[in-house]
Amino acid sequence: MSILVDKNTKVIVQGFTGKEGSFHAEQCMQYGTQIVGGVTPGKGGTTHLGKPVFNSVKEAVRKTQADTSLVFVPPAFAANSVMEAAEAGIKLIVCITEGIPVKDMMIVKKYVESQNAILLGPNCPGIITADEAKIGIMPGFVFKKGNVGVISKSGTLTYEAANQVVQAGYGVSTAVGIGGDPIIGYSFIELLELFEKDKDTQAIVMIGEIGGDLEIQAAEYIKNYISKPVVSFIAGQTAPKGKRMGHAGAIIAGSKGTATEKMEALRKVGVHVAESAAEIGNVLKTVMN
Amino acid sequence: MNIHEYQAKSIFRSSGVPVLDGYPAETAEEAKNAAELLGTEKFVVKAQIHAGGRGKAGGVKIASSPEEVFDIAKAMFGITLITHQTGPEGKKVKKLYVEAGANIKDEYYLGITLDRKSEMPVIMASTEGGVEIEKVAEETPEKIIKIQVNPLFGLLDFQIRNLAEALGLDKAQTKHFAVFAKALYQTYDQKDASLIEINPLALLNDNRLIALDAKMGFDDNALMRQKEVLEMRDFNEEDPAETEAGNYGLSYVKLEGNVGCMVNGAGLAMSTMDIIKYKGGEPANFLDVGGGASAETVAKGMEIILRDDNVKVVFINIFGGIVRCDRIANGIIEATKKVSVNVPVVVRLDGTNAELARDILQQSGIENLITASDLNDGAEKAVKLVNANNS
Repeated sequence: MSILVDKNTKVIVQGFTGKEGSFHAEQCMQYGTQIVGGVTPGKGGTTHLGKPVFNSVKEAVRKTQADTSLVFVPPAFAANSVMEAAEAGIKLIVCITEGIPVKDMMIVKKYVESQNAILLGPNCPGIITADEAKIGIMPGFVFKKGNVGVISKSGTLTYEAANQVVQAGYGVSTAVGIGGDPIIGYSFIELLELFEKDKDTQAIVMIGEIGGDLEIQAAEYIKNYISKPVVSFIAGQTAPKGKRMGHAGAIIAGSKGTATEKMEALRKVGVHVAESAAEIGNVLKTVMN
Repeated sequence: MNIHEYQAKSIFRSSGVPVLDGYPAETAEEAKNAAELLGTEKFVVKAQIHAGGRGKAGGVKIASSPEEVFDIAKAMFGITLITHQTGPEGKKVKKLYVEAGANIKDEYYLGITLDRKSEMPVIMASTEGGVEIEKVAEETPEKIIKIQVNPLFGLLDFQIRNLAEALGLDKAQTKHFAVFAKALYQTYDQKDASLIEINPLALLNDNRLIALDAKMGFDDNALMRQKEVLEMRDFNEEDPAETEAGNYGLSYVKLEGNVGCMVNGAGLAMSTMDIIKYKGGEPANFLDVGGGASAETVAKGMEIILRDDNVKVVFINIFGGIVRCDRIANGIIEATKKVSVNVPVVVRLDGTNAELARDILQQSGIENLITASDLNDGAEKAVKLVNANNS
């Protein structure tokens, strides 16, 4: 068990023949992910990395029975690609693309929901179920198999957290990057719910950052529905107000969205909050004992 | 990206959002000419900086003749305005906007921005116009009405009526408001704005509604398809180091401390600043070299960090995923050859080929280079070095 993806997940890559798409598709295949083909409009009928290329997602799904899509399409066209995947019956869409306009994402999110598909991202590192499937751009070797679920807004901080989980003597069941944009698909709450149900996950590490209030919403949800221990870290305690810290969504507006506010909300509901990013592994250790 | 009031008003003018006549000016002479062209009884001279609160700071003045406009403009050029939005260093006035005067009956607040909770644009309106809306929001939030606009359907007539009612507008005024609000929402939508703020929205004696002030910000991700907006970018309003970093795909924000930080990934970069502070130091900057950190970006990042004289130590924290650490290590060595590094540099490389990278750095024989085993170790070493230098 794990959440959302495993060794049976059949994946197509949108933007398959591009530079990023090619590189990461190959890395995913090496990890053992079942990449069954790709989509690049105009290149249908050809073969790339030994897999068939299709002109449309619909055709790819019909011929390969893919249920998941990994999107590397450039930002100007990415919104359309995600909606195409949802319409074609893809159940899980993992959007790596960085820089999609907010206006596009407002529409995309509503569309994906109307098709009952799940979106991860955009602007995220993807999802990995240790030793089974890597659908994204993370370094697979960091994620040793184990019983800790990881949910994170940030890429390299996810690797840092997973590394500490492993150093502390544990491993990862599934790790999910949700992205740091103002509008994203699945967020903490939906994934907390899945990890709570997953019998291979014993504890959850949740990495948030400044901006928005997803972490506050998550705290409320944890209070009511999560029985497994949750370890959390919030990045951006020293970030100044009104300055965008890399991620489009990582900005403190007025007095809202600060790290302190989020850490307090999480602590209040019994979440074990790490004071610094270097403490994630240690805090997990005390929780697991 | 933000633009000036006069630029926002030119967008308004072409989108049918009512504004008064006015012209930008870069010299006192131009300001006087603008006043003569307007030919009104009264004029308003407004400093053009990317910050609110100009009125209180002396950046908005009323004149009764083109000559007076000239005098005011002359005095205003080159002064530094400090408002609640500029920070303590303030902003220098390099451009003015000369606008026709008007007879105002009442003032309101009208704004549109993204509501992250509902993931829709939200229109905010208040009868408390012309004052700091942040204060209103904090002290009397009930005086701000908020209406979410579903982007699939746009701004609906009943929502406009609700807004007008909340502002206490009568029937004739509501008609004007409907035209105003529709045009404004369309502008927000079509220009990929992230913020429009009209404070004040003025009700004139003849019942017309006018955007007396205009503030616009845009979604940076959408600038690729907003060429007209992109041309309005004013580099004078930006921190030159941040702009330069942006040109190299780096994300840099200057802070007040003395520990320079170079990190890959925004979340890890913020966490690195945090841990510096947690260990008793002060970060000098936020710097995200991006997922694909290379020798070139590392060198550029180093150059930008070291330009800040406050920096007494640099902490490089890279978690190499797809990017191999040995390449980063070589990049750091390259960087120290290109940029003269006269402060200690603590390097923490983890992830792919981390051990090989550590060997490369240790064997490089570069003075001032200190390797760290993990995030905690790196942060401790960096802070210790700064504190040793201070004592």
